[in-house]
Amino acid sequence: MILQELSEAFGVSGHESAVREIVLEAIQEDVDSYQVDALGNLIAFKRAHSQFAIRNPLKVMVSAHMDEVGIMVTHADKNGRLHFDVVGGLGARVLLAQPVVLGDDGLSGVIGLKPIHLQEKEERKKLPKVSDLTIDIGVAEKEEAEKAVSKGTYGAFATPFTELGGELRTVKGKAFDDRAGCAVLIELLKADYPFDLWAAFTVQEELGLRGARVAGFRVDPDVAFVLEGTVCDDLPKERDESPTTELGKGPAITIRDRSVVCDPRLIKHLVEVAKAEDIPYQFKQPGIGGTDAGAIHLVKEGVPSVVVSVPSRYIHSPVSLLSLVDFENTVRLMQAALSRLPESWT
Amino acid sequence: MEVIPFLRALSEAAGVSGYENSIRELVIEKFSQFADEVRTDKLGNLIALKRGEGQGPHPRVMLAGHMDEIGLMITAFKEGFLHFTTVGGIDPRVLLGQEVVVHGRRNLPGIISSRPPHVLPEEEREKPRPTEKLFIDLGLPQEELTQWVQVGDLVTIQRRFTELKNGWAAGKAFDDRAAVTAIALCLAELARMRHEWDVYAVATVQEEVGLRGAITSTYDIMPQVGIAIDVGFGAGPGQPEGKTIEMDKGPAIAFGPNIHPKVHEGLVEAAQVLEIPHQIEPIPGRSGTDAWAMQITREGIPTGLLSIPLRYMHTSVETLVIKDIERTGRLLAGFIGRLDEAFIKALNEQLQTEEAA
Repeated sequence: MILQELSEAFGVSGHESAVREIVLEAIQEDVDSYQVDALGNLIAFKRAHSQFAIRNPLKVMVSAHMDEVGIMVTHADKNGRLHFDVVGGLGARVLLAQPVVLGDDGLSGVIGLKPIHLQEKEERKKLPKVSDLTIDIGVAEKEEAEKAVSKGTYGAFATPFTELGGELRTVKGKAFDDRAGCAVLIELLKADYPFDLWAAFTVQEELGLRGARVAGFRVDPDVAFVLEGTVCDDLPKERDESPTTELGKGPAITIRDRSVVCDPRLIKHLVEVAKAEDIPYQFKQPGIGGTDAGAIHLVKEGVPSVVVSVPSRYIHSPVSLLSLVDFENTVRLMQAALSRLPESWT
Repeated sequence: MEVIPFLRALSEAAGVSGYENSIRELVIEKFSQFADEVRTDKLGNLIALKRGEGQGPHPRVMLAGHMDEIGLMITAFKEGFLHFTTVGGIDPRVLLGQEVVVHGRRNLPGIISSRPPHVLPEEEREKPRPTEKLFIDLGLPQEELTQWVQVGDLVTIQRRFTELKNGWAAGKAFDDRAAVTAIALCLAELARMRHEWDVYAVATVQEEVGLRGAITSTYDIMPQVGIAIDVGFGAGPGQPEGKTIEMDKGPAIAFGPNIHPKVHEGLVEAAQVLEIPHQIEPIPGRSGTDAWAMQITREGIPTGLLSIPLRYMHTSVETLVIKDIERTGRLLAGFIGRLDEAFIKALNEQLQTEEAA
């Protein structure tokens, strides 16, 4: 499964090459050309297929980001411990007692914590800060630690992908934000469309939608679809609040998040297609998160944009969870929506 | 005997206190290679006997390392998620975002839920969430959950054994399967040397919930000398110095009220003669190990304690140095090889002295 390969790949923001290799391998047969730009975005071009009697003149961009949140080693201390900072939105609360892999060679380390037996009562009431945490690689001296892991080495979680099963066919793995979107885009490229399609696998989304901005500029599309693995917060709660999205309820269409007000015409189109095709869908709770659409819709004179997401529990943690039923419905909805894309909006 | 494959198998297998079956299978297989007899007692302790040389009866030395581990237990269903409690001392802060296995009617992989930072309320960013407010997610709808899981099912953290640099390793349940490994090494060593005493190698159960396996197995074996092998708090930045032992400096030989002075001396002498790196660990009271239970069994047992240095105890990334396990195994064998009539006499002398006083 391509999602497994993508999920297990090491691709923290700024260091997406391993993910890019996998994507490239997967799409090569399905695209007419591709380029890797100065930031590392992979932009593939798929020409309108000649089988379609009527060619849609729109230039369509579909994007998903390759990068994931992670860590970066900042220095080794005199005890051989590695200090680090987070890359993207990652809290110390999900870093405790976690193994990590460092660098492309995958050196193993662990983020330990003082044993419960030795903690003072006050310590237990607080969460440590990232700056309080260190990585133990089995080295006791600064020089040796620096030799093994140089400053600036990226680190990621070492989470294997596993199928959990059940009627929703759930799977768990790391970085479903946004390898789920990458996998959907790879699937979409297998079909043919009546318009010229640019598939952008972007970098550095987690650091502020940076890859998408330049990819959008290069493609200069008439319309953009952004694919995401988004927040699914449907745990039982003490306070009555929205789950953002719900697992198993189908692809989530964004109306508005912190970065973009999605184009209402595109939302309407998606909803109509979902209804016509009998594909379940849901709206993402407005106002939460930011996506590449935030950058793309402001490219040049502006680009009508919309976000479609696979609901993913526990993103920005060592292990996330999604439903393959949702995943497949996202592919179905997007494929149908693209195929039926109107030529003009008036 | 190769250390890493055995320790890896023990670490990755599941055996929460009271449910040590799958660990015991692994221990039986290993201990049987070196022992004369292997049996399981009524509580589930695995007892291997390696007889001393020549006609018996021989005095008995008992080695105890516990095979149970801390874990979690399902307490309730809630809208497709599972509530749980802890078995043994677990810091709730190390649970968020961990992968688990729920040992239901089959083994079910799952995740301990955490809310993503995008929606996390301000107050929860700084404050740990108590265990009773956490959930396990198996990715199954409630109807399917109840088919496979029931209240009381046990849960372990899913963690692969990982080798670090310099012969260090990280994983779960090294507390106390590192000691079970050291005992296996000791038996392997004893198979190649002479020893007069009968050796009872015991992988005990239910240590984490109150040293319970040690209570019954010590009663049963009635040893002249008992040695518990456990893990000790490994030193490192941020750890209180007076309460820790050094990593990679060999086993810590405990001293204090839980320890018989002659047994302590015997262990130190053996380490010195065999030139095995070792350290002294003063324990002014309760040792929190099987030694604490052994000592007050029947009329009282002269007891010793070796601790293998271990960082991040009771987390799923417990970290140790493989060599420290090997040193512990060698020291145990060396100590046992030196046990003779004179040692019994030395123990008894002290008894009489104390009586006279």
